[in-house]
Amino acid sequence: MTAPAVARDARVRRFALTDSLFHALTRAAAILVLLLLGGVAVSLFLGAWPALSHFGPAFLVTESWNPVREKFGALAPIYGTLVTSAIAILIAVPIGIGIAIFLTELCPRPLRRPIGMAVELLAGIPSIIYGIWGLFVFAPFMQTVVQPFVIGLFHDVPGLSALFAGPPYGIGILTSGLILAIMVLPFISSITRDVFDTVPAMLKESAYGIGCTTWEVTRRVVIPYTRVGIMGGVMLGLGRALGETMAVTFVIGNAHRIHASLFAPGTTISASIANEFTEAVGDLYTSSLVALGLILFVITFLILAAARLMLLRTGHKAGA
Amino acid sequence: MMGLCVAAALIGLAWLALILGALLWNGLSGLVPAVFTHMTPPPGEAGGLLNAIAGSVVMTVIAVIVGTPIGILAGTYMAEYGRFSRLTIVVRFINDILLSAPSIIVGLFVYVLMVKPMGHFSAVAGSVALAILVIPVVVRTTEDMLNLVPNALREAGTAIGAPRWVVIRSVAYRAALSSIITGVLLAVARISGETAPLLFTALNNQFWSVDLNAPIASLPVTIFQFALSPYAEWQQLAWTGALIITFAVLLLSIVARALTVRREDR
Repeated sequence: MTAPAVARDARVRRFALTDSLFHALTRAAAILVLLLLGGVAVSLFLGAWPALSHFGPAFLVTESWNPVREKFGALAPIYGTLVTSAIAILIAVPIGIGIAIFLTELCPRPLRRPIGMAVELLAGIPSIIYGIWGLFVFAPFMQTVVQPFVIGLFHDVPGLSALFAGPPYGIGILTSGLILAIMVLPFISSITRDVFDTVPAMLKESAYGIGCTTWEVTRRVVIPYTRVGIMGGVMLGLGRALGETMAVTFVIGNAHRIHASLFAPGTTISASIANEFTEAVGDLYTSSLVALGLILFVITFLILAAARLMLLRTGHKAGA
Repeated sequence: MMGLCVAAALIGLAWLALILGALLWNGLSGLVPAVFTHMTPPPGEAGGLLNAIAGSVVMTVIAVIVGTPIGILAGTYMAEYGRFSRLTIVVRFINDILLSAPSIIVGLFVYVLMVKPMGHFSAVAGSVALAILVIPVVVRTTEDMLNLVPNALREAGTAIGAPRWVVIRSVAYRAALSSIITGVLLAVARISGETAPLLFTALNNQFWSVDLNAPIASLPVTIFQFALSPYAEWQQLAWTGALIITFAVLLLSIVARALTVRREDR
């Protein structure tokens, strides 16, 4: 071989080597992302094991949370997490879908971008801001205006009187649920708006062509067409609500009790961890809190996985 | 019914206005230069938030330096080398879950992984927790944006004999640069307000410290501690800190969005 050919050969080989190195490097980074989630699951399980093996399955259904006697059960935090998230979803879903309909069907074009952006900015506000706002502005408002009114309204109605009973603390399960509703609203509305945009214009125009009103087109064409995507967005919002920490920690009251009244203070899994973790003494206490984290991880993983699968089916990639 | 939708949009905007209004109302009066030049005070005294702001900046910078390259590399694999591989589908799914996973879980993970073996809280642990939150955001935007780069560009590069990594570096990255920066800005916006993962990794520090091996103050954790305290001075500082964070985050997201808009217009 001539000298230039040898030099060229060497260069090609060097390029090929660099290329395979870069390939391996990017692949390793991708695998690291997998390992992160795996590592979270394994480390939470190891951290939770002392509590889980000590209390057994009863951990899930015990209400008592007694650091002094080292008797821990997860029922009250699980209850609080589920109830606050349910309140949040019940309120945020209709409003979120309403905003999405407004943005896609009704809003004048020049306003669409700014209003959509404002709603998305709401999603960008850190949760601690909702917390401090909830504690100093919203909870006093609930305490002095909303709760006394509702208690007075329902005090002789059977059933409802128990649901809305008790002294108006301001903080509590209902207040937390309402704050969560404000927090998940932008996620739901921005995803719903995105899936609404996937409805083919032809389909909507055909419906308009046979004389449907805007509401009928939305109700009969847009919503049925995007049903799965909307569900995915709602589940994504639910995942957020279940795991949300700071906003709830400020206004939940951190009481490990299950109370029929929505005005009573309670606790959620994430609020218990945030409030107690640094103060927890003893391995069993710490481990019980990690076990709470594991429960939250499993619940949110299932919900988020379901949400992603639903959104995948619509071919939509959620940005939230 | 359509009227209800208008009402829903008004409600959404009203909340934004209410929250920003309360922040301005309560935070502005405390926004004096001393906030940026004094340390967090003991109860009942005036002071500032200097050490908390510095701690937040230190941890955010480290988290971005650690998390961004990993995120960009993983996103590169998914959009370039492994666009059609099974690994990519799995990683994309897992990454989407990490993206919305509760941040307090990440805090617990880092506690078990680092704080417990090391025996003490530290700024490093806090930075790692934040880095774990940065990675999925960057992976997501990098993959999406590299997928938008036209294949004709890559083919042109390959046709003149450039190896794959040169095509990625000089063609794909260059075409997607502004969007990747957007992703990093969004990630910074996301982590700069995060409190939950710092509570039991970085803990807090009443004094000036940039020692990475020691507990460090951060703005969100300081707000949390001060807001729940009974002292008026602390509560005022909490509001001011909240105002600073919110406007930093809003500014970052608006800049990030402006970058993407410009790209769409081209």
